[in-house]
Amino acid sequence: MQITAAIKSLFLKEFFGAFFLAFRYMLKPKPTINYPHEKNPQSPRYRGEHALRRYPNGEERCIACKLCEAICPAQAITIEAEPRGNDGTRRTTRYDIDMVKCIYCGFCQEACPVDAIVEGPNAEFATETREELYYDKQRLLDNGAMWEREIARNIAADAPYR
Amino acid sequence: METLLPLLLIVAKSLLLIILGLTAIAYYLLADRKIWAAVMLRKGPNVVGPWGIWQSFADMIKFMVKEPIIPTTANKGVFMIAPLVTAALALSAWAVIPVNDGWAIANLNVGILYIFAISSLGVYGIIMGGWASNSKYPFLSALRSAAQMVSYEVSIGFVIITVLLCAGSLNLNDIVKAQDTQWGMLGWYWLPLFPMFVIFFISALAETNRPPFDLVEAESELVAGFMVEYSSAPYLLFMLGEYVAIITMCALLVILFCGGWLPPFHNEYLDQVPGVIWFVLKLTWFFFLFAMVKAFVPRYRYDQLMRLGWKVFLPLSLAAVILVAGVLQFAGFAAQ
Repeated sequence: MQITAAIKSLFLKEFFGAFFLAFRYMLKPKPTINYPHEKNPQSPRYRGEHALRRYPNGEERCIACKLCEAICPAQAITIEAEPRGNDGTRRTTRYDIDMVKCIYCGFCQEACPVDAIVEGPNAEFATETREELYYDKQRLLDNGAMWEREIARNIAADAPYR
Repeated sequence: METLLPLLLIVAKSLLLIILGLTAIAYYLLADRKIWAAVMLRKGPNVVGPWGIWQSFADMIKFMVKEPIIPTTANKGVFMIAPLVTAALALSAWAVIPVNDGWAIANLNVGILYIFAISSLGVYGIIMGGWASNSKYPFLSALRSAAQMVSYEVSIGFVIITVLLCAGSLNLNDIVKAQDTQWGMLGWYWLPLFPMFVIFFISALAETNRPPFDLVEAESELVAGFMVEYSSAPYLLFMLGEYVAIITMCALLVILFCGGWLPPFHNEYLDQVPGVIWFVLKLTWFFFLFAMVKAFVPRYRYDQLMRLGWKVFLPLSLAAVILVAGVLQFAGFAAQ
């Protein structure tokens, strides 16, 4: 046993084995993605930046039931609501999400009975200041307007599994 | 005028060698990173220019325009001189290396001794840097580096002696010419002195502080070793010196064991190729081996390093010197 081990170490058996292994790996295709130019495929269930959606006629979906605020494990959502002046429907006057507190669990999306608050496919919303990450209602509605097509497509793609 | 002209010629040759050499170093450094990345299934630098070919130059500009930080407790003079010593010594070794028949700035008759002396002095840059930083990790690293370089220089010395016995000359040009036999690449010293060739390669890794013997700058233990306190241009000089030393060791492997600028076989086509091309090809092959070793061999422990140097390489190379000398003497091959 000792003699074979000695012969193996004398002729650098493992060294040459490792060399050819490393050589094979060197020629393998590389899994690296050139990130800003190439991106990985994304699931329709991806939980990215939040958005508040509207109905196709322009009416906002949110009915201020506050289920999202109640279920949020990080307590990142703050909602204030009162009947709207013109038609008396229940609407939010304030809908804030603290994106710094948010843990992107997707519970708000699950809790919402009218698909108003959703997590969109966007993950590139880094900012230079912390204040910019305190999203208010207007910001969330604007997000909804910007990402509506992708969000609707993702919800439709995931619908058979719900 | 008669004394001035040769002097200018030498200055011009040196400048040419430094410019070409440093450009080559930039691309060897890039190749090193690319090979290392490829073995790890990464792509390596590929953003600056196509395939990242300007990466080293971008890094150089970054290092040059950054602010050098000198620790308040450091010995400022020695701290700033240390990287200069490393880089200057590493570059000066190239004065005697023949890249083609007679293409050396100084065709010294003791060229191999000169290189040996210069590479031994290289440790001073590291010791100065480690001591002058006045910090724990650099100091430990400098101690390690001194012990490591001394250990492996001994066996490198004996390996070189076996080559000298076979070649019968200390002139690098003549050592290459002594390998020019009718057997082509089978007559180069790598085959008759194969164990010495392997020992020299491994010792060269240790001598240039390359993995698996990079205990001097072992990240997990000493952060960056003697370079912890260095930044910007001084750091650049240290890196430059390190890579020039690696290329010098590759060049020594080519000259001592792989027939320098000689083509692998003598025939009418291969003899047409300029010797420089053969030299650079062989050099690049050894650099590739250096880069591969960095990628796949885990780092040695310090006591294993010392054991390998003193208990394996030293007796082996000493025995080889006696064996080679005996064979040459009694078989009648001894050089006149």
